[in-house]
Amino acid sequence: MTRTLALVGRRLLGALPNLMGVVIITFILTRALPGDPAAYFAGGAATQGAVDQVRQQLGLDKSWLEQFFRYAAGLLRGDFGTSLTTGQPVLQELVSRLPASIEMVLLALLLACSVALPLGVMAATRPGSWIDQLCRLLTTAGVSLPTFFTGLLLSYVFYFLLGWAPAPLGRLDPVFSPPSQVTGLYLIDAVLAGDAALWWAAFKQLILPTLTMALFVLAPIARMTRASMLQVLSSDFVRTARASGLSPTTVRVRYALRNALLPVVTTLGMVFGFMLGSSVIVEKVFGWPGVGSYAIDALTASDYAPVQGFVLAMGVLFVLLNLLVDVLYTLIDPRISLGAD
Amino acid sequence: MTGFLASETARHIRHVLTENPVTLVAASLFLMFVLLALFGPWIVPYDPLASDSAAALQPPSWQHGFGTDSIGRDILSRTLVATRLDLGIAVSAVALSFALGIALGLAAGYFGGWWDTAVTRVSDTIMAFPLFVLAMGIVASLGNTVGNIVLATAIINLPFYVRVARAETNVRRNAGFVEAARLSGNSDLRILAVHLFPNILPPALVQVSLNMGWAILNAAGLSFIGLGVRPPTPEWGILVAEGAQFIVSGEWWVSFFPGAVLMLAVFSFNLLGDALRDIFDPRKRT
Repeated sequence: MTRTLALVGRRLLGALPNLMGVVIITFILTRALPGDPAAYFAGGAATQGAVDQVRQQLGLDKSWLEQFFRYAAGLLRGDFGTSLTTGQPVLQELVSRLPASIEMVLLALLLACSVALPLGVMAATRPGSWIDQLCRLLTTAGVSLPTFFTGLLLSYVFYFLLGWAPAPLGRLDPVFSPPSQVTGLYLIDAVLAGDAALWWAAFKQLILPTLTMALFVLAPIARMTRASMLQVLSSDFVRTARASGLSPTTVRVRYALRNALLPVVTTLGMVFGFMLGSSVIVEKVFGWPGVGSYAIDALTASDYAPVQGFVLAMGVLFVLLNLLVDVLYTLIDPRISLGAD
Repeated sequence: MTGFLASETARHIRHVLTENPVTLVAASLFLMFVLLALFGPWIVPYDPLASDSAAALQPPSWQHGFGTDSIGRDILSRTLVATRLDLGIAVSAVALSFALGIALGLAAGYFGGWWDTAVTRVSDTIMAFPLFVLAMGIVASLGNTVGNIVLATAIINLPFYVRVARAETNVRRNAGFVEAARLSGNSDLRILAVHLFPNILPPALVQVSLNMGWAILNAAGLSFIGLGVRPPTPEWGILVAEGAQFIVSGEWWVSFFPGAVLMLAVFSFNLLGDALRDIFDPRKRT
């Protein structure tokens, strides 16, 4: 147990350089703005004196190193800058919009896993069968799908043609008012409020964006499950288990699947990266009020602080998610907890 | 001997192409896209920028194969003309990250030491971001131009090439043929260029073909959210974005055709990448 704890501790320390790297890169990006950042933040009609004052305020007249430490210290205090269009602190706005994105991403991950894992396992246990071909087609097609295209296509079919889904505009039909905020995830908050109609309305809005994103990340999960399962199925211990007369289901699930899932867990890090990136596009397509559409709105208005805050927040979130995946891996790998290296 | 090897390779290529008919289809599609990129502007029926308000938002017909958009521009012409820009962005981005990534990875794997640490650290830091988000940040910061789209796409692809080159160089650094070359007085630079580079070329080329589709998707995604290429320039991502508002009112063709062509292009690149991997490394087939 102490060994496991020590390993988890080492993982935590290992994430620090990445976190540093993320901060350094976003710092470089904030200073790479075209033209003079001071003139930009002072506004179009500012006089030379006002520009100089802003330059001093922002510390742009200091050395690069000092600027960096000021920037990092500001981040530690939660200072991500202020949005020019709304006048609100960027961090506050990001935090208030994050639950919408998280709800969509988590649901999409759940959906993708519940389809991709069985599909990958079935493809691996029957190589060359129609299900294997289907898996192959889905994994190649899945990575070729532009998410904005699938999103629009799904909207057209399920909203315009069939009328099964609500209009692809936002998290909730305007006739409903959002549940009182506990977690910020409408599905959970609606349950807490005991409002079934509200839950159903929120769920209906979620279906299409979630489906769009799940289709996109299904491919890497299914591909990895299949490859990993194939490898485990051809290993010696599975052959021994089979030769000992264990039932095929026991061999497949208790012996093969449990071991095959380990590499799949490590790919989850990559999958999270895909999802955080594509969530920007999916949010734009469905008018979803998450952090991604916040960044796009700011981009359209040439308001840079929110965009930079968004890039930084996503970088930090991604490092933390990878850390979580690493820790999870350390905890579930039987070779580590049993003390065999 | 070389003749024998060449015919052996040719046979293998023929085998891969004929064994799986899908590969042949992908190769033909690839050829079609290359031809479109080269000759697209000369073969399209209409001027991709000419509007005709009398013929706005018309569904596909014999006159307009893919229909017309909200100001009456011919979508077929716009989609075909866009091929050159989209492929151009992807090819330049991948070429840039190939050249830079291979050079950095070769040096890191061969010399080791602090150089290796620095290169690995930088590429790990790039990978610490969700890559599309990093690309967004780069274009937003450096300025909204096509050149910066290329640069951003090249930067987010860089780590893959660095890793391939570094790993492949590392295992060969002390191989017999490298030692022999060193003992016979070759300089480090010459060993890297003449003896090691050809060895890492096959896996690097596979990486190129797998990256191309992704680079196209990435560039189109950036323009879809309003970065890089600007309207009215025809580009697949923008064309889809222009039609997005008409989806809910039923004018599906405005987005559908550019999106479908984009998907087809990425799909054929990905299939071809898989085939190329089979040609270079039959063992890695999954």
